[in-house]
Amino acid sequence: MAGKFGLDFMAGGGNEKLDPGLVMEQVKVQIAVANAQELLQRMTDKCFRKCIGKPGSSLDNSEQKCIAMCMDRYMDAWNTVSRAYNSRLQRERANM
Amino acid sequence: MEASSPTDLSVSDPQLQHFIEVETQKQRFQQLVHQMTELCWEKCMDKPGPKLDSRAETCFVNCVERFIDTSQFILNRLEQTQKSKSAFSESLTD
Repeated sequence: MAGKFGLDFMAGGGNEKLDPGLVMEQVKVQIAVANAQELLQRMTDKCFRKCIGKPGSSLDNSEQKCIAMCMDRYMDAWNTVSRAYNSRLQRERANM
Repeated sequence: MEASSPTDLSVSDPQLQHFIEVETQKQRFQQLVHQMTELCWEKCMDKPGPKLDSRAETCFVNCVERFIDTSQFILNRLEQTQKSKSAFSESLTD
């Protein structure tokens, strides 16, 4: 009955107690998936804006190259922002 | 019949409570990173190149700092104008 990450737990009738560990793991997975989707959505938006001029009948080579580079740069930017924000938070906490 | 169902997650469970607090905090952080990356990309990125040059990198770092400064500034000023407003209206209604 217990599937991967206890996904079937809702199917259980009766009085089985939920394993909080399993629930927490499942929630973490769902959160990670949601974050990945958010990242992808924003990355797609930004790279479309940067790389696609007048939309043609297909993505030409230069557009594909641009998108590939854009993806990597967006990840770099995301990581830079994450580090900078984390540093700032540490600094704020240290000043309290 | 017991009141609690198999899907009843009691939030009085300290382990789950702590977990929820930690994950909520983490999500707030993630959301802001998403938001700032999007905003700062507009300000700092011209044409995507083979790597993030140091000028762009500095711009992103500054952008994060200034965004947080802006957020704090707005909160502080709002608090101040609320205080002076309520002092004003209090004197009117006396």
